[in-house]
Amino acid sequence: MIVGERKPFDEIVGFVRDCKKILIAGCNECVTVCCAGGKKEVGILSSALKMAFSKEGKDLEVKEVTLERQCDPEYVQQLSEYYDQYDAIVSMACGVGVQELAMSYQDKLVFPALNTNFMGASQGQGVWEERCQGCGACVLGRTGGLCPIARCAKSLLNGPCGGSMNGKCEISKDVDCVWQLIIDRLTGLNQLQMLEDIFPVKDWSCAGHGGPRKVVREDLKS
Amino acid sequence: MRLTYPDSIRIIRLPCTGKIDVIHMMEAFRKGADGVYVAGCLEGECHYLAGNLRAKKKVEYTRKLLDEIGIEGERIEMYGIAASDGPRFAEVAKEMHEKIMDLGPSPVKRVVRKGVPS
Repeated sequence: MIVGERKPFDEIVGFVRDCKKILIAGCNECVTVCCAGGKKEVGILSSALKMAFSKEGKDLEVKEVTLERQCDPEYVQQLSEYYDQYDAIVSMACGVGVQELAMSYQDKLVFPALNTNFMGASQGQGVWEERCQGCGACVLGRTGGLCPIARCAKSLLNGPCGGSMNGKCEISKDVDCVWQLIIDRLTGLNQLQMLEDIFPVKDWSCAGHGGPRKVVREDLKS
Repeated sequence: MRLTYPDSIRIIRLPCTGKIDVIHMMEAFRKGADGVYVAGCLEGECHYLAGNLRAKKKVEYTRKLLDEIGIEGERIEMYGIAASDGPRFAEVAKEMHEKIMDLGPSPVKRVVRKGVPS
């Protein structure tokens, strides 16, 4: 899932300081699961903003809505009937959702309430870790299913660096050395010989270095 | 026991403090409460094992949020009180009442005195 976290409250207040009526739009997908921008968080932000305005003697009218997804036009369009009644839209989705709202409602200010962090997985309640950088050329088939691009601080492709100590990365004792994990896993699977193949130079052109990426499926296009 | 506690306290009953959520405490403040405290079972004695511990974390989170908004975080508190301990219940009610009286009205309420915000 895409993992995000709420921006500092002052930053959000700064966006809407001059507004009288705002629409806060949550998203029912990834940011609901990572407890950053779902229905519950929309309610909390709404309550907090109203209090911050009340404290300064101002009124703020808030419409709370949580879309099924903000990354699909059919759901984003659900706001079209009433978005123009508000001074601004605050999106609690990831950066994708914010942009979809901004592109769909050209005549309306759209602000992000979250910082979008990474694509990751839950590691217990309240803990998420990065697992994928979307490099566009997946190497997991050669690394025992564990990603050295996202999980090695240097994105090394041919084994650990000298900073791997007791299974931990030199950047932090809380970060596993993914190459240690890869070697341990392949050893357990009796497949360590897989690492004897030298990784060719990785094609980074599909990793965003060639500009914004796009996927087109001709068989699905309308 | 015929114990008394301040009449400023309004009790909202929950099946377990584990049921409480951040939004409930936030809305209490938004609607004009000067302080909120959650009275749960003693730590280690939750019938649902961790309800009061979860509530404690949610109170901490709400306190940080209130501080971010500019409302004194000390206005919210979590207490562990045994269900059978009436004297402690009354003592906590007085303690919280005095603390809030010292802090004065909530900054939200100071401005919204005209009426309860919608």
